[in-house]
Amino acid sequence: MFNRRIVLSLALATFASAAVAQTPERFIVVSSTTSTTDSGLFNHILPLFKTKTGIDVRVVSQGTGQALDTGRRGDADVVFVHAKPQEEKFIADGFGVERKPVMYNDFVLIGPKSDPAGIKGATDIVAALKTIQTKQAPFVSRGDKSGTHSAELSLWKTAGIEGEQLKGAWYREIGQGMGAALNTTSALNGYVLSDRATWLNFKNRGELAIVVEGDKRLFNQYGVILVNPAKHTNVKAKDGQAFIDWLISPEGQKAIGDYKINGEVLFFPNAQQPGA
Amino acid sequence: MDVTSAFAEAFSLITRLDTGFLAIVGLSLRVTFTAVALAALVGLPLGAWLAMTRFPGRSVLVVAINALMGLPPVVAGLIVFLMLSRSGPLGGWGLLFTPAAMVMAQTLLVLPIVVSLTRATLEELWTEYRDHLTSLGLTGHRAIPTLLWDGRFALATGLLAGFGRASAEVGAVLMVGGNIAHYTRTMTTAIALETSKGDLPLALGLGIVLMTLTLAINAAAYAASRIGARYAG
Amino acid sequence: MGASILPLRADGLALIRDGQRLLDNMSFVIPQGGITTIVGPNGAGKSLTLRLCHGLILPDEGNVSWAHDARLRHAMVFQQPVMLRRSVRANIVHALNAVAHRSPQERANEALARFNLNALADRPARLLSGGERQKLAIARAWALEPEVLFLDEPTSQLDPAATREIEALILALSQEGLTILMTTHDLGQARRLADRILFFNRGRLIEDRDAASFFDAPETPQARAFLAGELI
Repeated sequence: MFNRRIVLSLALATFASAAVAQTPERFIVVSSTTSTTDSGLFNHILPLFKTKTGIDVRVVSQGTGQALDTGRRGDADVVFVHAKPQEEKFIADGFGVERKPVMYNDFVLIGPKSDPAGIKGATDIVAALKTIQTKQAPFVSRGDKSGTHSAELSLWKTAGIEGEQLKGAWYREIGQGMGAALNTTSALNGYVLSDRATWLNFKNRGELAIVVEGDKRLFNQYGVILVNPAKHTNVKAKDGQAFIDWLISPEGQKAIGDYKINGEVLFFPNAQQPGA
Repeated sequence: MDVTSAFAEAFSLITRLDTGFLAIVGLSLRVTFTAVALAALVGLPLGAWLAMTRFPGRSVLVVAINALMGLPPVVAGLIVFLMLSRSGPLGGWGLLFTPAAMVMAQTLLVLPIVVSLTRATLEELWTEYRDHLTSLGLTGHRAIPTLLWDGRFALATGLLAGFGRASAEVGAVLMVGGNIAHYTRTMTTAIALETSKGDLPLALGLGIVLMTLTLAINAAAYAASRIGARYAG
Repeated sequence: MGASILPLRADGLALIRDGQRLLDNMSFVIPQGGITTIVGPNGAGKSLTLRLCHGLILPDEGNVSWAHDARLRHAMVFQQPVMLRRSVRANIVHALNAVAHRSPQERANEALARFNLNALADRPARLLSGGERQKLAIARAWALEPEVLFLDEPTSQLDPAATREIEALILALSQEGLTILMTTHDLGQARRLADRILFFNRGRLIEDRDAASFFDAPETPQARAFLAGELI
């Protein structure tokens, strides 16, 4: 009886150490956004990077604000988000080394086929949003400090709508990611601003479809930043930089451009574009 | 994709033993098994000690541990997160966003259950066995092996309850594991992710496995208590 | 085996709880051999005295002394025997392991055979009937090779058939050389088993005599009243 227990505890101890043992492989932690992950881009490009360099990339995806906070705390080696003003502040505050543009995608305004605001097919996003607010049509906002959320708020601002005017039963802030926002919008038959990639990947569309697209103001720029090793000595500067260099290299840019859903390109590589 | 075809595809995922699917299930089981093992390693002796000793403030401690059984998983996750973040006290260990962190968070959830149940079971047994064990010279900590073995069915039920609690939670492992693909994605975090992506079949498939696991645990707990009742006469 | 731990001496034992003297000035000597039976009405302190002698509780006054180091050389069987949640055999083995017996499995087999428990050896002990449990408790105590066996009301919970079986066992054990100190509230049992009687009343030792003298010619009025069934 006692022997049985000793054997059992030994087995459990071995099990435990096996489960918890740190793998000796090379890896970096990249904090990115839920939209990027939900789009499936990483599943496509990361294996290519690993084959080339042997470096495993572990992506923790959160909202842009959270992703940058993770970088501030030193819990990630690289930050890969799409909110230029916040990124520049990140670097100005000393948490990041340098910002490199990588790619852009665009946002689309999603709405129900019934189109209560009557804006389907419009090319002016700002006017469309104005109409939604005037008609108090249900609108779902991510409300989570994400890049998408920032883009949404700046579009409202361009339409002259902010603060108090974004309150009311029609404007629903859910504080969650793009997928959750789309789910909620589908359930409400309302409108939501989504990045194209997540929308194309999204399988629970219900009555929803794209109602506005193509407006230049809907373009969404991605930047990648190495977390400052001077602030956190644990940052894997060499391997992190290798990832950044690959992303902006012709090889990495091609990999990004090759990622398609239903034949549609989701992310347009533009590392060479000045001022991106 | 409607719900019926989602179910059909979910079953297909399970039966054809899709490797990605199995990896997620395997990780969940490894993390929770390890957490329960650790909780047992620490909690059984701790609960036994608590059952056999008396000191001022003991009842306060007992109540506190009982209360911790209801520790919200997200809070457990937050505590471990704050400790393991690079900016935290144990940041040097570099364990955030790894399975080890998930094990720590789940151990935190299971430990109060194990301690509390062990204390209650052993206290009751000691009251019953006291004369006989004292007669044999088994007093104080020397009685513990006897009490632990005789209480084995109740304790097993407690461990199973702990396993159930750990395998069902999502908040803690999401926070400290980061839901990293192929690395820290468990059944619960995968369900949360896939649902938010609208990928119902995968979410459903995982949900079915999780429910089956829960059923199995409960069946085992029931069996343990029935066998125990037989030995208890 | 070593030198005998007997005689057992109780000297001026007193037990005080909440200002009340549950036992007062209790003194007696138990020599080697024979069955000494403590009788008396409820609350007389019979069980308490046995527990003091066995060492389960400590006296507030007076002391219990043995001729030699008596640890684990006397065993006790309780009114409600404690059955571990294991098989009959495992119960005996557990006790033997507790006292670090040199060959627990062998000795357990001896006990099972001696007390006719082989058929029940692998049954969960808690599924046994009252009489079987008490038999196991005695077998378990016997296995430890004690010199003295304390029995606290061993048959008070049993039916007549089981009682007879246990009484026969007690007599047999006494004949094998075990010194026995037991309590009972059953006067008939005391008559059947006792070589010597210690009569208690209200925590005090009233009479200490051989059984025949006690039953035929009690000296004290309390004893006479008790034997007549008037003391409760």
